[in-house]
Amino acid sequence: MNISLSILTNIHDWLFRVMPEGVASIVEMVLIGLAYLGFFAVAGLFLVLMERRVAAWFQLRIGPNRVGYQGLLQTMADALKLLSKELTGTVKADKFLYNLAPYFVIITSLMALAVMPFTQGIQAFDINIGIFFLIAISSIGVIGILLGGWASNNKFALIGAMRSGVQTISYELSIGLSLLTMILITGSLQLSEIVEVQKSGWLIVQGHIPAIIAFMIYMIAGTAETNRAPFDMVEAESELGAGFHTEYSGMKFAYFFLAEFINMFIIAAIATTVFFGAWLSPFGITESLPWLGVFWFLGKTLLLVFLMMWFRWTFPRLRVDQLLTLEWKYLLPINLVNIVIMALIVWLNLTIKF
Amino acid sequence: MQETIANKNFKTEPYQINMGPQHPATHGVLNLLLTIDGEIIKKVEPDLGYIHRSIEKMCERDSYQQIVHLTDRMDYLSSNINNEAVCLAVENALQLEIPERVKVIRTIIGELTRISSHCLWWGVMGMDVGALTTYFYGFRDREMLNDIFEETCGARLTMNYNVPGGLMLDIHPNFIKRVKEFVAHFKTKIPEYDRLLTENVIFQKRTKGVGILSKEDAISFGVTGPVGRASGVSCDVRKHHPYSALDKVTFKECLKADGDTFARYQVRIMELWESLSIVEQLIDNIPEGEHRVATNAVIKLPKGEYYQKVETARGEFGVYIISTGTKNPYRLKFRSPGFSNLSALNHMAVGGKIGDLVATMATLDLVIPDIDR
Repeated sequence: MNISLSILTNIHDWLFRVMPEGVASIVEMVLIGLAYLGFFAVAGLFLVLMERRVAAWFQLRIGPNRVGYQGLLQTMADALKLLSKELTGTVKADKFLYNLAPYFVIITSLMALAVMPFTQGIQAFDINIGIFFLIAISSIGVIGILLGGWASNNKFALIGAMRSGVQTISYELSIGLSLLTMILITGSLQLSEIVEVQKSGWLIVQGHIPAIIAFMIYMIAGTAETNRAPFDMVEAESELGAGFHTEYSGMKFAYFFLAEFINMFIIAAIATTVFFGAWLSPFGITESLPWLGVFWFLGKTLLLVFLMMWFRWTFPRLRVDQLLTLEWKYLLPINLVNIVIMALIVWLNLTIKF
Repeated sequence: MQETIANKNFKTEPYQINMGPQHPATHGVLNLLLTIDGEIIKKVEPDLGYIHRSIEKMCERDSYQQIVHLTDRMDYLSSNINNEAVCLAVENALQLEIPERVKVIRTIIGELTRISSHCLWWGVMGMDVGALTTYFYGFRDREMLNDIFEETCGARLTMNYNVPGGLMLDIHPNFIKRVKEFVAHFKTKIPEYDRLLTENVIFQKRTKGVGILSKEDAISFGVTGPVGRASGVSCDVRKHHPYSALDKVTFKECLKADGDTFARYQVRIMELWESLSIVEQLIDNIPEGEHRVATNAVIKLPKGEYYQKVETARGEFGVYIISTGTKNPYRLKFRSPGFSNLSALNHMAVGGKIGDLVATMATLDLVIPDIDR
């Protein structure tokens, strides 16, 4: 029996026993929302710490290791500092949009988290258009960046925001198409069903060559989507200072910062779900213990996150026109051909299944 | 009618943006006034004066020993070579006979300074094109050199090791051993630099064909150093007018014909190898002898004009002294390499993107206090 699922079912049953149905549903929603918020905060802070430690490891440094065990509380302290800081802004900024922008970014990444299949049954929101929902949500995030850059009335921020718009719109295509390639195998957009299909082999194995191509394209486009190096045009420290969040301070800056890391987590989590069997263990070694799925899911995701960090701390940044050339002249045509190949493979039943 | 409305609504115009004086890519207090059309650069106007300290005027007040100390506040990454330039100028004017030992040690430390400067440049170059890790690799190797300098003369950056007449102190007993250790260490690290950055596809795409400076333009802008040599101008002072012990060593002038950012990058990496080879040739053959010849406590140069040029990590550094026979120079002019190199920036960057400007500026290897004295 799935222990985690049974605990959750018990809580659900108990709520509906002690309360009228409507109230119980609302209470349940609030509880789930709080749980996700908690996860969001912890994951964000952990990923920031992980990035700093990984960066330090690449760069012959030690990284934060003083606050808490091995620096575990470092980012917590940083967040508290940012909370206590004054929120400054430019005088001629468009106040409403300027204040709204960080919430766009953070809310969209929180919403995307809701459909992640952490393990069997632990998924807040299992809609039948899961993948579509994720792609749709992730393209809203860029509005926050555009608004922030536009409204802060700073030319550097504006250049950053415009670059972000161009970049995200372009790479959205690749993300969508590479995921679509995999959907051809699963035949469903629902995340839980995509996982179900992978019980007979992870999709990257089932779809072999086109799946590997799709995975590579997905990781490139995903890195671009999260605006991380080598695609960090938006911030481009050496070119634009801080890019779109130049004029943000305190917790508003922290929202952008946390959202970047959560987005990275989400991109990796989608890759885990679609290519690496989500919470399924390799070769079914822990099939009898479904609650271990959480560890498999997070483990695979963090491995991919590490891959993205590896990109960031090794590669130089592309120039903005090269970035667009890469997408429109290379990734997109490859992707389209790849879809056809995948369709042929699925049609001719050439997928590898165990 | 329709067209005019469209033009009115979608009128585009170039805009100006201040890059600096506080900007990560300008490495100091350089202010570049950019005129940009979208991402494309129309004009680059360097705005100097943020770190002007009137060093040349201060030199007119100071004695010749004191002038040496001012020079390493200019190009602080080639401080020792700058010091050497003033010392050589004064020594030539006084027609002092400098011991061989001093010449060899000056050359060794000069080349180590060049390596140290190029290490820092390499790290910062990577950072400017977005590879943040290079910075720490460059600084790791530079740290060893700084330790050697610290042991030799007590200072890590602004060394002031040279005085008119020789060296302030003799070398530390550990010096030869540690330099040999460094040479052995660094020989394994330059290939690592190549693997991390030079061979990276993105890096090559970012730098090849970017910021091109033709040979004719390089000459007319007075560009020297690795920047000039990357455009095919044979301008290595060490080769054409050897000073100190540089006439005793064999090394080749690193020349490239492309004149683009990647060529400038390659020239500097080649110079690392050449400098290492110079150090290797000299380190075992430091002659015995005095580390300093006595000069008068108050140096008075004979009446006349004196010019001495040396090759710093950035190019030709010249000291022009007009003496009226007193203890201070009547007028003193420094020819700093960075100033001429910066003058070519507008020519190189126009038509490129902002990212190209940053990459181009990184290979100019600007040190702002050198430009803005």
